Amino acid sequence: MLILTALGALGGLTVVLALLLIIAYKKLQVKEDPRIDIVEEMLPHANCGACGYPGCRPFAEALVREEALPGKCTVSSDEGRQQIAAFLGVDVGASEKQVARLACGGGINVARNRARYQGLQSCEAASLVSGGGKECFWGCLGLGDCVDACDFDAIKLNAFHLPVINEDKCTACGDCVVACPKDLLSLHPVSHRLWINCKNLEAGDEILEECKVACTACGRCAMDAPDQMIVMKENLPVIDYRNYQDTTKPMERCPTGAIVYLHPQKGKITGPKARPVIRTSARTDAPT
Amino acid sequence: MGLFNTLPTFQRGIHPGDFKDLTRHLPIERMPFSAELTIPLSQHLGAPSKPRVKVGDTVQRGQLIAEPGGFVSIGQHAPVTGTVTAIEPRPHPTGRMVESIIIATDPFSPQTFYNEHPMDWEALSPRELISLIQHGGFVGLGGAAFPTHVKLSVPEGKHARFLIVNGVECEPYLTSDHRVMLEEYDDLFYGIRILQKILDVRQVYIGVENNKEDAIEVLRNHVPDDMACEVIALETKYPQGAEKMLIEAVLHREVPSGKLPIDVEVVVNNSGTITGIGHMFRFGQPLIERVVTVTGPGIKRPANVRVPIGTPLTELLNFCGGITDDTRQILFGGPMMGAPQARLDVPILKGTSGILCLTENEINVREEYPCIRCLRCVDVCPVGLNPSRLGALAKSRDYEHMLDFHVMDCVECGSCSYICPSNIPLVQRFRVAKGLLREQQARNKAS
Amino acid sequence: MEKKIELLLSSSPFLKQQEDTPAVMRQVIYSLLPAAAGALWFFGISALLIMLTAMLFALLTEGVYNKLTGRANTLRDGSALLTGLLLAMTLPPGIPLWMVALGTFFAIAIGKLIFGGLGSNIFNPALVGRAFLQASFPVTLTTWVAPGNGLSFMQWRSAAFTLPFVREKVAAVSTATPLSMMKFEGQLTPFKALFLGNSAGSLGETSALLLLLGGIYMAARHYINWRIPTALFATVIVTASALHWLNPETYAPFWFHLFSGGLMLGALFMATDPVTSPVTHRGCWLFGAGIGLLVVVIRTFGGLPEGVMYAILLMNGVSPLLNRIAQPPIYGDPAKFKKNEAHNE
Repeated sequence: MLILTALGALGGLTVVLALLLIIAYKKLQVKEDPRIDIVEEMLPHANCGACGYPGCRPFAEALVREEALPGKCTVSSDEGRQQIAAFLGVDVGASEKQVARLACGGGINVARNRARYQGLQSCEAASLVSGGGKECFWGCLGLGDCVDACDFDAIKLNAFHLPVINEDKCTACGDCVVACPKDLLSLHPVSHRLWINCKNLEAGDEILEECKVACTACGRCAMDAPDQMIVMKENLPVIDYRNYQDTTKPMERCPTGAIVYLHPQKGKITGPKARPVIRTSARTDAPT
Repeated sequence: MGLFNTLPTFQRGIHPGDFKDLTRHLPIERMPFSAELTIPLSQHLGAPSKPRVKVGDTVQRGQLIAEPGGFVSIGQHAPVTGTVTAIEPRPHPTGRMVESIIIATDPFSPQTFYNEHPMDWEALSPRELISLIQHGGFVGLGGAAFPTHVKLSVPEGKHARFLIVNGVECEPYLTSDHRVMLEEYDDLFYGIRILQKILDVRQVYIGVENNKEDAIEVLRNHVPDDMACEVIALETKYPQGAEKMLIEAVLHREVPSGKLPIDVEVVVNNSGTITGIGHMFRFGQPLIERVVTVTGPGIKRPANVRVPIGTPLTELLNFCGGITDDTRQILFGGPMMGAPQARLDVPILKGTSGILCLTENEINVREEYPCIRCLRCVDVCPVGLNPSRLGALAKSRDYEHMLDFHVMDCVECGSCSYICPSNIPLVQRFRVAKGLLREQQARNKAS
Repeated sequence: MEKKIELLLSSSPFLKQQEDTPAVMRQVIYSLLPAAAGALWFFGISALLIMLTAMLFALLTEGVYNKLTGRANTLRDGSALLTGLLLAMTLPPGIPLWMVALGTFFAIAIGKLIFGGLGSNIFNPALVGRAFLQASFPVTLTTWVAPGNGLSFMQWRSAAFTLPFVREKVAAVSTATPLSMMKFEGQLTPFKALFLGNSAGSLGETSALLLLLGGIYMAARHYINWRIPTALFATVIVTASALHWLNPETYAPFWFHLFSGGLMLGALFMATDPVTSPVTHRGCWLFGAGIGLLVVVIRTFGGLPEGVMYAILLMNGVSPLLNRIAQPPIYGDPAKFKKNEAHNE
């Protein structure tokens, strides 16, 4: 008898609570586009923020509302983006893969240190102590703040304490760009393979005392580049990517190796180094 | 230090020893002009100055060569008569390249002084006086190089009741303010009168630590009869020269977190700065030179030197007999907050209070141990922070959480790093954290 | 400059006080030496063997752990040695040496290393080891021998070399500690015996005088925060006196609580362990007071005669919470300023 009472009481309670749950589910249900869940499932779950949204879910919501195009996601593969586009019936959108690029070639094998830095092993900390001790004011300090900032394991320091970016793993989330105290990293379309690998603003061969692969602002690249693809600005060549052509010619003309071609298989390649020549005429902005 | 010490001071702080005997008794000497001077357009906090001369121009000693580039900016003057040879980026003691005006000294010029300021200051309004100080190129000579006229411009609705003259010079080794107070008290009191007029204050306090007894004596003997000025001897303790600590020591007032001294009706200025202002209004000479203490075990002839702004560091070191072979660190400023230099071709700035040369023996690179939470840092932090906790947060890069522990109130005085038995680089961590947090705030504001 | 000198860049400040963490640890060990000497006087060679075993195994455990995990050598910081010595001081003189070794291993490995080593542990490692032994071998840990003096130095007090887990053949001549005599027989030990240490107990806890000597030295040199023992003593005095005043028959006077058992050792050397105590002064006041209260409560109302160990371990667990609630006001705290404003108006 006692058992029956207990069973009855518990059973009754179960039924009442279940009813409550059902009512709550019906009444409090939030109407949500079911496609958001599906699209989110198709996204890479990296929550990296490279698309400009706080994470994958908000991006999925934006996609479903057609405020954004799948191409904004830099982490997905091409098929992944097309799949989302097909599912939502929209364009893929600009989907040129971007990667982070480092504008410095001054590893410890080629660039000298003026003073020895001792202290916290972080670029941010070192740069606060009289710039960090590297001869070149603009150069990479090689303490790996970008490596720490990267969530995708895409950056590694090489034997010369210079970060190397793995193009396959890089999602262009921009964390390393923010982390670098010398502002040497920036995001670029992966197809732009000709690259100015220096940020030093000084002109003349004296800078080669500090770093063997520095740009001396000789201006040969600007003069010889096709279609005025390169112009000199503030003692540095600047590639005008509107006229970009996939050529290695300016790289071959560079006497110091400050211009590189980032070959997809062979990695960083430089031209045969000619003797450094100063051409004062070429230091001005426009090539003659 | 003592249980029964009755001299006023602030709470907590450290006693690192003052090391001032090297230069304490040496009169200020004048340094000859170098062949070339570099005047960086930003040697102060705030916007860079705007050059007013071109390459090739001839400039006269004391002539304005760059105008203030905004309200928080100052004028720059030619420290020598000579020719402008270049306006280009040059190495700067902060480790950056900074746009600078390069002047080649005219070796045949008598270096007479070019006077462009009116002398009759009593007829001028406070606003005009402030503008003169701005164009005279004055910054805090204690080290931070914050433009003086900004401090003197009291915002609408606020009023200053006290002027505190900061003659503390709490950084070990440095004696430039000390020597200036001893030798140029006339200019100091003259400057105080001008500041009194600008700020409309009557009561003046001069805070001096009791390790400068001769200066206290001299100042007390020379206070003008009609000036309500009290020279206050303070217990020697670091960092008493920090503005907020000095206000606490002299007036027992606390400046609320995130506020300025003017919010407690106080204006604090460095004694050297006020002396310079007094000198300008007496003789018309803007800030084109300053007294620098060149000291430390690594320098052959320690001295207090009056140096033209823009003199290369190398020249100054050579003037003082050069550095010894075992010198390993050369600092701009004192040993607690100074900045080490990587190169010797940087110029002396308006904010350079001392050059300190340290040898192998003084270098303190020690093994770091885990924090054992011994609380010594808490006992010394003048701002009452918990450096132990902040250090742990910084180590795990939990920067945002550090805001809850008031990291932004840190004055980077270095007391916690000094006292830490585990040799943890606390201040360096806080400096990095503050920099990153400020960047982040700027980014958040922008987006 | 013709000569090229390599300059060093490091972050300010460039002045540094000289005393580092190993030096602090050494000083604490020195402060324990009077009490250790006292232990030798009262308990002779057994005490010596226990202390040596504990220190040796402390170093051994940490050294082997460092080797296995590839951590840097941390033996030089002196904390392992200190933990070993402290643990030895809390053990009864009759304990077999294999138990000492086991307890030390537990103290260092579980009490400290698995938390991440020095500075990361939550509980005082020596007390963790002691608590482990107390739980595992309650009889041995509560068997006490009467103290002797320097003349009987070589006298054997127990089967120190008993093999592990073998029942002791010769039962030690056991006696009761002042605390258990008070608790179970209502018998009060005279003040002089307590203060000088001529009473039964653990190695280092008998002589309040010798412990106080070390403690005063440490407090004067700022190796320990004097607020913790002060708060602890004050709380013990107040609560014990109150109880004694209520019923002098059952409850011991405050001096008995103060100078008996492990209170001195715990208050001066264990509670003040900086790693496991709060990081603010307000927190330390509360921490010390909490321990004092718990000690009196456990001793008076609990089942055990002694409560210092559990009181400290309990408060160790609370200290993160104390850190949270007892943050000191900073210079120019906005809250403080608001209060002043209201006051002025």
